[in-house]
Amino acid sequence: MTTEANPETNLKTVEPAAEHPGSGVSVPNKALPLLRTEKLMLNMGPQHPSTHGVLKVVLELEGERIVKATPVLGFLHRGVEKLAEDGTYHQFIPHTDRLDYVCAMYNNFAYVRAVEKLLDMKVPERAEYLRTIVAEVQRIIGHLFWLGTQALDIGAMTVFFYTFREREVLLDFFDDLCGARLTTSWYRIGGVENDISPELIGHLHKFLENFSEKLDEYNALLETNRIWLARTKGIAVISAEDAISFGLSGPTLRGSGVDYDLRKYEPYGAYDKVQWEVPVGKNGDTYDRYWIRILEMKESAKIVKQCLDQLPQGPYMVEDPRVTLPPKDKVFTNLEHMIRQFKLFTQGFRTPPGEIYCGTEAHKGELGFYIVSDGSGKPYRLKIRAPSFIHMGAFDYMARGYMIADIVTIFGTYDIVMGECDR
Amino acid sequence: MHPNAEKIRAEFPDAFVTEKVWRGDLAVTVKKEAIVPVCRYLHDDPGMDFDYIVHISSVDYPEDPERFEVVYEFYSIRRRERIRIKARVTEEDAAVDSVTGIWKGADFMEREVFDMMGIRFNHHPDHRRILMPDEYDEGYPLRKDFPLAGKGWRDTFEFITEGTHKKTT
Amino acid sequence: MGVGTLDGEGGLVTTTIEQAVNWARKGSLWPLTFGLACCAIEMMAAVSARYDIDRYGAGVFRASPRQSDLMIVAGTVCRRMAPVIRKIYDQMPEPKYVIAMGSCATSGNIYNSYAVVQGVDRFVPVDIYVPGCPPTPEALFDGILKLQQKIMKQKVFIKSPILGATKV
Repeated sequence: MTTEANPETNLKTVEPAAEHPGSGVSVPNKALPLLRTEKLMLNMGPQHPSTHGVLKVVLELEGERIVKATPVLGFLHRGVEKLAEDGTYHQFIPHTDRLDYVCAMYNNFAYVRAVEKLLDMKVPERAEYLRTIVAEVQRIIGHLFWLGTQALDIGAMTVFFYTFREREVLLDFFDDLCGARLTTSWYRIGGVENDISPELIGHLHKFLENFSEKLDEYNALLETNRIWLARTKGIAVISAEDAISFGLSGPTLRGSGVDYDLRKYEPYGAYDKVQWEVPVGKNGDTYDRYWIRILEMKESAKIVKQCLDQLPQGPYMVEDPRVTLPPKDKVFTNLEHMIRQFKLFTQGFRTPPGEIYCGTEAHKGELGFYIVSDGSGKPYRLKIRAPSFIHMGAFDYMARGYMIADIVTIFGTYDIVMGECDR
Repeated sequence: MHPNAEKIRAEFPDAFVTEKVWRGDLAVTVKKEAIVPVCRYLHDDPGMDFDYIVHISSVDYPEDPERFEVVYEFYSIRRRERIRIKARVTEEDAAVDSVTGIWKGADFMEREVFDMMGIRFNHHPDHRRILMPDEYDEGYPLRKDFPLAGKGWRDTFEFITEGTHKKTT
Repeated sequence: MGVGTLDGEGGLVTTTIEQAVNWARKGSLWPLTFGLACCAIEMMAAVSARYDIDRYGAGVFRASPRQSDLMIVAGTVCRRMAPVIRKIYDQMPEPKYVIAMGSCATSGNIYNSYAVVQGVDRFVPVDIYVPGCPPTPEALFDGILKLQQKIMKQKVFIKSPILGATKV
């Protein structure tokens, strides 16, 4: 800023503002009358229709451009990690449902895998396949939900109704499988809660038959939609180096061209027994992430189909006296079984002292559980590595220089869920 | 001994405390003063190349003389390997140096550890609480001596005027 | 309400103004777009194609509390969020209704921890409690229908003890 006075108008002049990052717009290069300018602080949330729950962001604005965006978290902090120390290992499964409530099955999966690693337990093959099938169905649900809400936030409401149509079909599948639509708690330490019936397999086959047509329907609405392109292309760009440095994961990281998928890197479930690919983006913007999610849904459908075809016979729950519940009919007639059931529910099972970290590729990114055990029936410390929380760490970096209207796109690009973010 | 632990011991003979491999996870404990040099070595050395930060966590052992343990977990995307670095701190001097200069993602993770366990991070760019409000003064929730139901904060509603929170019609 | 005819021409409805006002109110409950946690997802499902909350006149979700009649508290009420909820409630114009959707909003559910308020009724008056974790969209509709029944029984022209004026 100069302090030189203009003799004609007696107004001070200013230097043109520097070009903003992330835009092709620059202020015209001519002297302007000195008007008083100041940064505008704007408080967005926690009650805002597009903040995906209760996120608050304090925006520092220069005109319509974001200079700084400070996320204020914790409006849904429920103290889950503290509650985990108070319950047995089994009792934490329902808590995992409510972490990332859009994707409950995958949270269950990540948690039971961590406890199984702690117990050094091998799960029967049929259970591994069942877990993979249901987890991938959940991934499709999660991505459908993301697509619907992201389009809704950006201004295309129709897509929301279309994606929720398919989502309901899959939620019916969950309803028949475990009796709940959202908070499923279907995974058990050592296997799954019940076996899948032939009717449900038929239900899935029927869904998969025309799922790719449905995907084409969504793409017809969005793929070449001018508004969708204008609001996603080149928005929330992050380079591969930065994305890795921030610890991003899932489609957010893969959109930047990093081929990091734990399902391939550290295979679990039945992922190494089926043919599928990891879609990777190029530009690291919201459009690439959208496209990755669409491709991931296709890959998920492929995985489910192959798993259903290969589904082996056998038990769906491990036979391990440490964790397996005795059969219900024996509990009422046999004293030993009754005592075992009673002890499992009141005291839980003991785990060897030690500590493990186990990461799982949920549909948002790497969901990890770090469990410290002191040899008792309760976790001594349970830390959740929540992808949404870590993605929010990059929010300020990714939002700077964009317009205020792009904020909702940037929230959406992470597929953020506050229950998981604040825990 | 795990080759990665061997390398850390060779590089930092004074700071190395112990190592343990359990269930395939390598955990190396170092002295807290050496956290930043060790982390920089893990990040920058081409033989280590731990470019991805997984999480920063903390554990409370109230009986131990060095009460808290700060836990870092790193991953190498190219080498597909994990490592866990741990450091013990005392209650009186519950502080370690920040690694935000090495991994940008460490920012929020360290703030969370401070918020939940009360371990400070020196040279952190934005050292505030993150999940609890700034004015929260009951302590640090994840410490073992903190009661699960808190100390009364959840049941105080100073923002409502007397008599207006009951339906009248 | 009574329906009759006058000289064979047109319809004639006899009712009280109170009933007419309540009937109009119950048929256009505009909820606030306000999701807290898991229940908000089921609330969104209630809006979407299969369930279609519009059938009950409660489909016009408003983003501003000043335009809404109904606050559906959908999810865990954390202590940090409590002042915000109260402020939103205070901003809503009368008559206003609150549905506590799900166990968390009703009683805190499994979250008996330092950060969670044990029921939204501790600081906001609640009209209807909907049980479930999360309640299905059908359960939410049941809550809305119950609220409509409640509205029909309300007295419109009474002195409000708080405001000291006629409350319409």
